[in-house]
Amino acid sequence: MRGARMGKTGLRATALLLAGSLALVGCASDDDGGDDGGNGGGDGELRIGLAYDAVGRGDRSFNDSAYAGAQAAVDQLGGEVQEFTPNEDGSDRAEGLANLAEQGYNPVIAVGFAYDETIAEVAADFPDTTFAQVDGANELPDGTSKGDNVTGLLFAEEEGSFLAGVAAALKSPTGHIGFIGGVESPLIQKFEAGYVAGATAVNPAIRIDVQYISPAGDFSGFNAPDRAEDLADVMYGDGAEVVFHAAGGSGTGVFAAAVTAGKLAIGVDSDQYNTVDDEAQKAVIMTSMLKRVDNAVEAFITEFEAGDVQGGTDVLNDLSTEGIALSTTGGQIDDIQTQIADYTQQIVDGEIEIPTTP
Amino acid sequence: MSGRVVATLRRVGLSLLGPAIAVAVAMAISAVVIALIGEDPLEALEVMVDLGETPRAEVQSIVVIFNRAIPLFLSGLAVSIAFRMGLFNIGVEGQYRLATLVAAAAGAAVVLPAPLHVLFVIVVAMAVGAGWAGIAAVLKVTRGVSEVISSIMLNAIALGLAAYLVVGPFRGSAETASIVSTTPLPESAHVPPLTGLLTGLGLAEPRSELFGFLVIALVVGVLVAVLLARTRFGFDLRATGLSPSAASASGVNARTMTVKAMLLSGAVAGLVGLPQLLGSTYVYSTEFTAGLGFTGIAVALLGRNNPLGIAVAALLFAFLDRAALPLQSIDIPSSVVTIIQGTIVLSVVIANEVARRLARRSAEREAAAVTGAPPDPGSGSAPGNGPDGTQRVGATLPETTEPRA
Repeated sequence: MRGARMGKTGLRATALLLAGSLALVGCASDDDGGDDGGNGGGDGELRIGLAYDAVGRGDRSFNDSAYAGAQAAVDQLGGEVQEFTPNEDGSDRAEGLANLAEQGYNPVIAVGFAYDETIAEVAADFPDTTFAQVDGANELPDGTSKGDNVTGLLFAEEEGSFLAGVAAALKSPTGHIGFIGGVESPLIQKFEAGYVAGATAVNPAIRIDVQYISPAGDFSGFNAPDRAEDLADVMYGDGAEVVFHAAGGSGTGVFAAAVTAGKLAIGVDSDQYNTVDDEAQKAVIMTSMLKRVDNAVEAFITEFEAGDVQGGTDVLNDLSTEGIALSTTGGQIDDIQTQIADYTQQIVDGEIEIPTTP
Repeated sequence: MSGRVVATLRRVGLSLLGPAIAVAVAMAISAVVIALIGEDPLEALEVMVDLGETPRAEVQSIVVIFNRAIPLFLSGLAVSIAFRMGLFNIGVEGQYRLATLVAAAAGAAVVLPAPLHVLFVIVVAMAVGAGWAGIAAVLKVTRGVSEVISSIMLNAIALGLAAYLVVGPFRGSAETASIVSTTPLPESAHVPPLTGLLTGLGLAEPRSELFGFLVIALVVGVLVAVLLARTRFGFDLRATGLSPSAASASGVNARTMTVKAMLLSGAVAGLVGLPQLLGSTYVYSTEFTAGLGFTGIAVALLGRNNPLGIAVAALLFAFLDRAALPLQSIDIPSSVVTIIQGTIVLSVVIANEVARRLARRSAEREAAAVTGAPPDPGSGSAPGNGPDGTQRVGATLPETTEPRA
């Protein structure tokens, strides 16, 4: 008896919940009155659209660096920056990018290779907007172009990683170092390949422990300091003396493990000596492999404003353009600067070929 | 006669109270959050419901909402089938990821005429989804392993396996590509978009295509609804969900039902990635939309495990997801949308319980008035029904609504 009545009530409640929600959605779709105004654009002022990689601004790394570049450009040239952060599963990347273009932001800069799939189709829809993609070439993997209005801002991560490997090997008397990658994807494998090549160039017999936090397709590895710390703990415990991480937000875990073990670590992307707050962690950050996304973004915007952007091409940032470098803050690699400068010269001169896959 | 009408009206009114309170509470909490970060809640609301300035932008927004709602609907549906049976299938995530990958790879490997090719991909995806869910089912009936634990574990394994397969044997993208993916599906495996339908209705042409999979999702939704509400199988499933011992006593084999329910749930889960696979990306890649299986749990809860309710819940979630874009234009972080979604689910669950108790009390008072008997002192705490969302694993489910004709 009771069960039957409960059921009936449940049914009614469900039906009404539906009706209520439908009404809510209905209201929402009907109301198209809201006129925002002021978004017209076209007054000649620089209006930059910046579409971030997952997580968005505040990652103390990649996205922040892109923002710093756009902000620096605005400080120089005037104008404004409109940001877009994709949702958790990244499913609204295309729509977010298109939204920026639709609202008249130009140039629109997408941060991260994750926009590979989407920027080509959005750029085709907005032929009058100039696009740039950090970490993505103009050419799609299948050989087609993403469009004449797309510029790829690329980085020779393997060159900087090579120098990181050189520095690590020089700072490891016993010849045992480590590498921790965030996600086992082609981009991060480029870091690994360069690092291994650099270390073996200095010491062919060196032992290099390589670990990735998460497999390809699972991006949790870029934001898992706890797992990074576990992996680094094991590496240091096994005798590794320097660990280089290319793991984004997980890097702090590597630094924490280095502090515990009293050993050294190498940061990535930005000068991590400056991004960590903890004095103890600063002490273990031997150097960072700098990937100057900020400079690349700022340079692109400056070129755009000057009307110099060709489009349909790539801009490669490497050691020769100083888009890639090793940081010296903290002074821990000052003693090996001669060797590093020597290798840098050889790379710039093309005397050293660095692999991009492990 | 008129007394019954009044009573029904009152009950309807009381039931309406649930969603009304829920929406009001969720709105209030979200408004407080927005105000706390120093933005204007009213402006936020205005921006959220504004679908665009031009007809084209409006249609585009609707397409975006539908394209997002279709996978969420399928995911919620998959979760709800297990829920109805008292099973908590948290494994939809792993089931759809693995199913989409295998279906993408298998679809690219065969040559078939158009309709058969699509059907082939769908069948493969459903089979893989069902098979993966079946592992949890078999573990439960043979070894008594809670499907909550096993499906979480199987998620981790599915993700790892999918990563291995897409990078290894199923890799179709160039070595140099940043995004590793399968070989693209040929034209014959594409589901044509429904955009023509929109323009045919006299609407402006949107920028994006409306997924043709919408039709398939609707068919699946109707089939599942009929199966659960109108067949012996559905009756047994719901009966087992409400009371395993009673169902067992009336001759339902609980073990068989567990396996069947999980297989069905997994088969529907296998479809979750297909709208995107067959409608826009045509490949499974390391960037393929993740997390739909988890959102599906919230959608099922919000839709109270009823196919129609799940459809509305999916649309509501998709509507809120789209709102994240214009919100960012007025400097409100998109995480506000996540907060709104969370508070809506929580509020709906709580409000439903409050409304249910009120309705119950009212009905009892009514009964007492008719029979002259005092109201049942034990009102308001019916056993075997936990609409507050607390899971009593394997015994009850959060809300088992009885769909009746």
